[in-house]
Amino acid sequence: MNSRLLANTMRGLALQMVARARASHIGSALSITDMVAVLYADILQVDPGNPQWTERDRFILSKGHAGVALYAALAAQGFFPLPELRFYGQDFSDLMNHISHKVHGVEFSTGSLGHGLPFAVGKALAAKKQNKRWRVVVLLSDGEMDEGSNWEALLFAAHHRLDNLLILIDYNKLQSLTTVAATLALEPLADKLRAFGAAVEEVDGHDHALLRARCKALPWQDGKPSLSKAHTIKGKGVSFMENQVVWHYRSPNPEQLSQALAELAAERAVWGG
Amino acid sequence: MRLAFIEELVALATVNERIALMVGDLGFSVIEPFADRFPDRFFNAGVAEQNMMGMAAGMASEGYHVFVYSIANFPTFRCAEQIRNDVAYHRLPVTIVAVGAGLAYGNLGYSHHAVQDYGLLRLLPNLLLAAPGDPLEVRACMRHLVQQPQPSYLRIGKVGEPTLHTAVPELAPGRWLPVVRRGGKRALLTTGATLALAGQWLALPAYADYDLYTLPLWGMAHKEGQAEQLACFEQVITVEDHLHDGGFASWLREALAEQQPELLLRLQARALHSRVCGAVGSQQTLNEYGGLHCDGRPASDADSQAGRREG
Repeated sequence: MNSRLLANTMRGLALQMVARARASHIGSALSITDMVAVLYADILQVDPGNPQWTERDRFILSKGHAGVALYAALAAQGFFPLPELRFYGQDFSDLMNHISHKVHGVEFSTGSLGHGLPFAVGKALAAKKQNKRWRVVVLLSDGEMDEGSNWEALLFAAHHRLDNLLILIDYNKLQSLTTVAATLALEPLADKLRAFGAAVEEVDGHDHALLRARCKALPWQDGKPSLSKAHTIKGKGVSFMENQVVWHYRSPNPEQLSQALAELAAERAVWGG
Repeated sequence: MRLAFIEELVALATVNERIALMVGDLGFSVIEPFADRFPDRFFNAGVAEQNMMGMAAGMASEGYHVFVYSIANFPTFRCAEQIRNDVAYHRLPVTIVAVGAGLAYGNLGYSHHAVQDYGLLRLLPNLLLAAPGDPLEVRACMRHLVQQPQPSYLRIGKVGEPTLHTAVPELAPGRWLPVVRRGGKRALLTTGATLALAGQWLALPAYADYDLYTLPLWGMAHKEGQAEQLACFEQVITVEDHLHDGGFASWLREALAEQQPELLLRLQARALHSRVCGAVGSQQTLNEYGGLHCDGRPASDADSQAGRREG
């Protein structure tokens, strides 16, 4: 499945999951869908039939509230059967609303922000010390950069020259209550991240060709962690959800779900997918 | 205990190449033997405990058994959520090592007092507490933890603790270990560095017929069998350098309440009064102030004056 079809499929699955479970955070999931789709379609060396394959690349979703995007990607790629997605958010289900390592293909459970990057740095350090070729990719939210633990981890990753680490920041510019700018100003974010020792690039987080090309060019600088400040749109792909902070919380009702799925079908029809 | 810790860690790491040591920019004149011998397995995380614990979990997820070493509250309270979410919930082999148990760093102030750590860490179902009472128990605890890697907390004193055992004992979680047996019906039961204090009490007339037991390995998953062991005695006095609330005796009481509540009356607790929180002084002064007396007497209202300068 190519990355665009995978992203379209993921969006449809994610919408259906949150609608059925009446769960939050669909806007955050749609925001990262294109990045996750490119990673699983074209970049990550993983084996759906053997999720614990020792030489796999490791992907950590630090913004665990966007877990439906990753569950959808994993199911679509064959890590577990698609029908299992219907258990998302159900009582005693492994597919909890925030991403769970009890699901095949998920490396690490998150939900409290600021945990994914330190964990990823530990993995990258282990890989370096054992001369492993696999990479670590970690995806953070922009609001998550409020957490001091991320800046601690950046210091360490740069000091130890962990260029086997790719950090993606989902820069959709909205966080829990309002915009990132109105919450705690992060700008000039790229300059700050460069000052912390990362090789920083700003990309369009929905441009599959660009994401693919840049992820295939790692590391961007020898001896430095690569960090993509990925400009995205919260709610991307569903017209009435885009850039609306309310979709951090709201779950689509049946009519809204139908409209959203119709938009995705129309997108597929355009490229004959 | 610090020296026994590092000697044992070097010995274990010599035969187990997955043992790593991570420190939070602390351990001067302690950790050098490991750092010098295993530079590829020694990491100074800097003064950044949240990242330190998260990284330790990440390394542990790739096959390492990571010992995370720092003082008192820094590797516990400062990064409590990383311990809960990243280490314990994921069941990763990280051993949190806190040096300066109880009031060992008493003069350094409240920031360095570890008198609430049992309460924090015994709330984690998958985490084993290891509170050795002497340098040989340090080695015994570490051997157990390396043989059975799991989320764990190793609480050690500082320096100069006496050796009470004659050999490295065999330990099992939840099993009381005899140190002195006199065949009586009363016993002192300690965890952690208060073993030395309880050992002193045995020489006093009031404790002439007491046995001395230690329980270095315990935790939420190891309450089974506590009533059975306590039932062998008519009276058991626990000794710990932790607040009464949430500590070792509290754990034991919870176990008894579930198993044989009528045994609760046989249990007395010697632990620290909350008045020690915020007080400053030497370890002995603060222990007395908190109700842990060298002469073994129970805590009383007069303890609040203990160790204070007379006007």
